[in-house]
Amino acid sequence: MSTLTAAPAVPKKKERGGIWLTLLAWVVGILFVLPVVWMVLTSLHSEADAATNPPAVLAPLTLEGYREFFTGGASPWPPLLNSLTASLLSTALVLLLAFPAAYALSIKPVRKWTDVLFFFLSTKMLPVVAGLLPLYLFAQNTGLLDNIWLLIVFYTAMNLPIAVWMMRSFLSEVPVEMLEAASMDGASLTRTLRSVIAPVVMPGIAATALICFIFSWNELLFARVLTATVAETAPVFLTSFVTSQGLFLAQLCAAAFVVSLPVLAAGFAAQDKLVQGLSLGSVK
Amino acid sequence: MTSVAEKSTGRTGEVQPKPSGGASRAAGWVRRAPLLPALIFMIVVTQLPFVATLVISFMDWNAYYPDEVGFAGVDNFRRVFTDVNMRDAVWTTILLTVGVVLISLLLGLGIALLLDRKFRGRGAVRTMMIAPFLVVPVAAALLWKHALYNPEYGLFNGALTWVWSLFGSDNPPQPDWISNMPLWSVIFALVWQWTPFMMLILLAGLQGRPLDVVEAARIDGASSWQIFRSMTLPHLRQYLELGALLGSIYIVQNFDAVFTITSGGLGTANLPYTIYQIFYQAHDYGRASAAAVIVVVGTIVIATFALRTVSSLFKEDPGR
Repeated sequence: MSTLTAAPAVPKKKERGGIWLTLLAWVVGILFVLPVVWMVLTSLHSEADAATNPPAVLAPLTLEGYREFFTGGASPWPPLLNSLTASLLSTALVLLLAFPAAYALSIKPVRKWTDVLFFFLSTKMLPVVAGLLPLYLFAQNTGLLDNIWLLIVFYTAMNLPIAVWMMRSFLSEVPVEMLEAASMDGASLTRTLRSVIAPVVMPGIAATALICFIFSWNELLFARVLTATVAETAPVFLTSFVTSQGLFLAQLCAAAFVVSLPVLAAGFAAQDKLVQGLSLGSVK
Repeated sequence: MTSVAEKSTGRTGEVQPKPSGGASRAAGWVRRAPLLPALIFMIVVTQLPFVATLVISFMDWNAYYPDEVGFAGVDNFRRVFTDVNMRDAVWTTILLTVGVVLISLLLGLGIALLLDRKFRGRGAVRTMMIAPFLVVPVAAALLWKHALYNPEYGLFNGALTWVWSLFGSDNPPQPDWISNMPLWSVIFALVWQWTPFMMLILLAGLQGRPLDVVEAARIDGASSWQIFRSMTLPHLRQYLELGALLGSIYIVQNFDAVFTITSGGLGTANLPYTIYQIFYQAHDYGRASAAAVIVVVGTIVIATFALRTVSSLFKEDPGR
């Protein structure tokens, strides 16, 4: 994209050795993407061709692995739908809570807003495993074990600090004049949030939602401890392959690819938002 | 709930420069109102469980012996401190975190520098680089364990067989990667996933560099190495710190890779995995809680330093 803009003023001697650096960049990129390519390729091989040494790169392609994954044993659809429910609902809840909070931390900041901000971040540093046992006992005693809503609440708490930090950084970019104009017109808080601020920070909200979705979709530890057969999520479903042997390599790769597909799709679609999101909005 | 709300009022109301009349107090509440739902939610869901953990850590409570629940004093803590497994887990956690963060940060820096140049297909290489980060962690760990590391049909040994056969040898080395170097196996798989993350942050940092100054230095005859050391690196410092901090937050807590690749065996059990085991398999709630409390205290000590770093990072961004 930016190749066209900064063409002049670049001295010619910069090009020396450039071809090697370009080549190196390509080699490194290919090395990093290779395991992913290998996963997809293996998923498209028959089980017999998948587990060979040396690798049968040019073996005929088949959808056997996928067919086996979807119809062979326990259906992956309930876990996939559970993951989708938990990720989407917790993301919605996070945005609902984080947006007003970020407003109170940037546009009309409360007293000691930095303390509040760092309180949010500090919860992210506390090891989640330390809160696992009480939550498990709570769930056991209230009959919420193996209930998707418990995961939704937990994922909301898991992502809320990230979302508050990100949204605060996006909100502090809203021009002061726009807010002054809104308050002079006597707009209420809800109205200001919805029709003045929201449109400006929409890209930021999208980035936040993307990150929250990915983290919820990926989560394993809590889902493994707090769910069983009913509310099982896709990563938990994948753990049934942990001890699998070479007999199921194609199916395993198909499973890994199918479960990763939403994250890959969302991530590639919003590549530019990714950095901003991952750095809590501090890197633009 | 009420006590929580009151507590936060007390805190924020401590320093009030203006005489607090009824009007300004009401105005303060109007300002605070949008914040409260998120704050209360976080306190209830993340802080209350820790209080419970603290209480349970002083109890004698094993789910296998439900009749023997009672007060245990500091017994659980004594057991955790004298437990060799726990001490190993602390060490493993440190090695794993430092190893992954350091290696992925260095690799990320190198690759970010490569991608900072303009060249044909830069966008494509960047996209390829991001892919590892977008594979679900359990799926990535499974992929490394079965499709890459496996000694019989994994890609690594398959590639060794292939390369050796190019030179006419039918006796290639076929190491059992995970058994020979279990911790490094976990580290490499995680480095593969986290290098893109570091690269993205550092690349954003590089592209925010004031180019005219660099150009001026070049015209003044500064070498590329001099420019890198005295201009690029200082500029990147805060991005390196940010990457290290965020990476550490996530990798200290890693469970997926340890659970999947080695199941905590062969000396790779880190703290999250060990506590998970004490709680989920041994059902020793008291000891698991004591271990958790110790981890939390340790984390608070480290996080205090880390937070100082972050607050310096965001210093230039004052609120209104």
